[in-house]
Amino acid sequence: MAQRVVVDPITRIEGHFRIEAEMDDNNVIRRAYSSGTMVRGIEIIMRDRDPRDAWAIAQRTCGVCTTVHSFASIRAVEDALDIRIPRNANLIRNIMIAQQFIHDHVMHFYHLHALDWVDVVAALKADPKETSRVARSLSSWPKTSPAYFASIQNKVKEIVASGQLTIFADGYWGHPAYKLPPEIDLLAVVHYLEALDAQRDFVKIHTVFGGKNPHPNFLVGGVPFPIDLTSDKALNADTLAIIQDAIEKMHTFVYQVYLPDLLAIAPYYKEYTKLGEGLGNFLSWGEFPVDDIRNVDSYLVPRGAILNRDLSTIHAVDPRDMGQVQEFVKHSWYDYTVGDDVGLHPWEGETDLHYTGPKPPYEHLDIKEKYSWLKSPRWEGHPMEVGPLARMLILYASGNTQAKALVERTLKTLDAPVEALFSTLGRTAARGLESAIYVNAMRGWYNDLIENIKTGDYTIVNTEKWEPTTWPTHAKGVGTTEAPRGSLGHWAVIDNGKITNYQQVVPTTWNASPEDQKGQGGAYERSLERTKIAIPDQPLEILRTIHSFDPCMACAVHMVDANHKTLGTTTVMPSIVVQLFSKANRPTKPILTIGDFQRK
Amino acid sequence: MESNGRSLVEKSLIARGISRRDFFKYCALVAGTLALPTSYGLRVAEALEKKSERLPVIWLELQDCAGCSESFTRAAKPSAADVVLDLISLNYHETLMATAGTQAEKLREDTIKVGGYLVIVEGAIPSSEGDIYCTIGGKTAEQILHDTVKNAVAVVSVGSCSSFGGLPKTYPNPTGAKRVMDLVKDKPILNLPGCPVNAVNITATLVHFLTFGKLPAIDDKLHRPLFAYGSLIHNNCPRRGHFNRGKFVREWGDEGHKKGWCLYKMGCKGPVTFSNCPLVKWNDSVSWPIGSGHGCIGCTEPDFWDHPLYLPVKIQEVSPPAFYPAVGVETEKPIDATSVAVTGAIAGAILGAVGAAAVTKNRHSKDGNGQSSGES
Repeated sequence: MAQRVVVDPITRIEGHFRIEAEMDDNNVIRRAYSSGTMVRGIEIIMRDRDPRDAWAIAQRTCGVCTTVHSFASIRAVEDALDIRIPRNANLIRNIMIAQQFIHDHVMHFYHLHALDWVDVVAALKADPKETSRVARSLSSWPKTSPAYFASIQNKVKEIVASGQLTIFADGYWGHPAYKLPPEIDLLAVVHYLEALDAQRDFVKIHTVFGGKNPHPNFLVGGVPFPIDLTSDKALNADTLAIIQDAIEKMHTFVYQVYLPDLLAIAPYYKEYTKLGEGLGNFLSWGEFPVDDIRNVDSYLVPRGAILNRDLSTIHAVDPRDMGQVQEFVKHSWYDYTVGDDVGLHPWEGETDLHYTGPKPPYEHLDIKEKYSWLKSPRWEGHPMEVGPLARMLILYASGNTQAKALVERTLKTLDAPVEALFSTLGRTAARGLESAIYVNAMRGWYNDLIENIKTGDYTIVNTEKWEPTTWPTHAKGVGTTEAPRGSLGHWAVIDNGKITNYQQVVPTTWNASPEDQKGQGGAYERSLERTKIAIPDQPLEILRTIHSFDPCMACAVHMVDANHKTLGTTTVMPSIVVQLFSKANRPTKPILTIGDFQRK
Repeated sequence: MESNGRSLVEKSLIARGISRRDFFKYCALVAGTLALPTSYGLRVAEALEKKSERLPVIWLELQDCAGCSESFTRAAKPSAADVVLDLISLNYHETLMATAGTQAEKLREDTIKVGGYLVIVEGAIPSSEGDIYCTIGGKTAEQILHDTVKNAVAVVSVGSCSSFGGLPKTYPNPTGAKRVMDLVKDKPILNLPGCPVNAVNITATLVHFLTFGKLPAIDDKLHRPLFAYGSLIHNNCPRRGHFNRGKFVREWGDEGHKKGWCLYKMGCKGPVTFSNCPLVKWNDSVSWPIGSGHGCIGCTEPDFWDHPLYLPVKIQEVSPPAFYPAVGVETEKPIDATSVAVTGAIAGAILGAVGAAAVTKNRHSKDGNGQSSGES
């Protein structure tokens, strides 16, 4: 007899998400169904608005992956209106996007995913001396004294003894699927708290360039924070120091805490290198242009697709191709005028919200009919996985030397073949590995920015087409980016200065989509198959695999909307300059000297 | 709980290498954010030290983007870890809690049974077509809200969505989104709008509640605490001098932009927005929106989304600019002033009303629950 296990809410994710899974007699999942249970209608709200405002509304799609929708949005508008952004703006955007990656990945690993692998209560049994020894063997991170670990352990003890376990209450503590030695449990709990503190400094890059985080400000045509080394209201040596400090803190945390913890924990869960693969199909829109987003070949993370685990071929992808990207609604609570069996490209998309699910409160969804607010995007008809694993595989397959070295080191640590990447653990590891690539790249972009400022180029925005009078009466554009959770695209249609159609195809929509008209499930649904659930009312195994994708449901649930549907001067102190360029890991020759500040 | 004569808070601080002196400094800072005299820092310290049982909190995320939860994790003094481990017991928070599914829902239900807890709400509540636009555990958002506030001592709305409907309620309000105040009538409600809410205002409100045993004073109409939303951004803006002298940014990247002149003509909503943003700033006070060269978007005001970002607001200037002596070379006339004085009560409505007019002008479809100037 098939038994249905329902997990709703899936916690430690963004948004509202439900899994229903059918298990056989041995508690092994045969089929799983994934449902997004919240909708706001952002694309409908977007209609009839000024395209220069779109980034702000789009950004509120998600506060966890804040910024990513703004980037997709301003790129879509800049594509439609043929706006080229200045070099400084591209470098600043790259730094901001990379900061979002590092912040998001660190918080995901420690605050959203770690408790799937780390038993907080078991950490109380740890010997702090042994934790200290292990920590020192892993990295040169300074906070490793036995007394330090003991103090945090005592703190956790008191919380447990108080009976008020706060966010740790009723976790699946003691579950047999937890395999770490208590000493590593303690190490991870301590780093959970340290990461919560550390991430606050990471986001200061967004605060400098955009005024706040979450939800910093952006500008079509460039970036809003001016550059002027002689002004105290612009990017100058003082504010550059904040940027550099944040980059270095991220670099240190990734290399001394995140990656060592990942490699320390992973070997205890090697069975998850054989579970949770999903589809074997991977897509990346690509990210980090050298100069202009239109120059796709310059991207650090290449654009492309991999099918059926075949790393020998990277297929070319084009978001403008009406035949390549289509969304289906066979099992989604929407109606198409063309019927449920036809897919539509986002530029031609149409949607009508039409809930046909059970009346709340309900026990089960009707999985034979429509069962989610998510649509089913497909690439050339294939369901695709997007995200860190897709990016790392495409980097690896395209011969990126850093990616190859990182992957090979990880596989060696795990004593596992390349196939191990196609798994829950592979996905979780990919997130850490790509973080290393981006923190290194950030140093490069920062140096490039300094170099460019040195030439006297303070330009941050191209305002040639700021005024709507300069726009064509009809225009359409697409903006793509890689968000932490995967490939993100916004498609915008602009008529007479207003948005007439706006559509988002979002990473979690790719990954968490329900079945399409051919019965092909999305990555989440397929990835849970063959997973054995040890204790059905403590579905830790489901959480592990679902969390490995880092779901973001607020992003995933959206509506494509067709027209007819309802629905002063500063004195630069020499000491600051010295501080700017005297840190470790900086280029040996100064990039910027006091003379540079005095030039103008 | 209070073994060895030390409170949980103090022990935790010691564990993390924070001295007693630093603890008092932090209490004084919190008192500062709350617009209290510094001497209240001691009272804050006493109250926090005496707490033997932490305040149970249920944090509901409804029609939200989790941006306010993320913002909360940016809290520095006290930090999110301090709050969650020392000041409160966060019994339910979908994004942070360890457990999931039925166990998660049980924690919420158990907390309700015991009573005496605080409810924090993030996100709007959809109310049309049988409330099917947001369900958790198979229940509707509205049902969950009603069940959850039942035995609560108070409700705090964090962010503009739960405070005022926010983005989901923006025209044409496709899901019939409502604010908490529309649905909860029999509990004290405090609104902390912002998109997202600034973390310092969450922590200051919590500390105030724990110190004084009640919510901070609010205005009658919008229920915003006066300590954080009592003044116009315009009145505390470091660029106000440029406004008074008629020195405006005219184009992105121009000399005025580089020198930090007033962003009014670029659409800044500072003149009609109530917030302590220019004083407390963001993310350890590193910067704030106007400080980073972009105008304020008015995110603490009702229905701010219905006002175009780059369209200057109509303002009524309080002080006739002629009163100011000329400074430097003036080439422009200051903004037209009208005879109407701005008061706290009407200014909050200006943005909503102007915005509603701007957006509805070209629309001829149904109202769709727009309720654009509902706060006016």
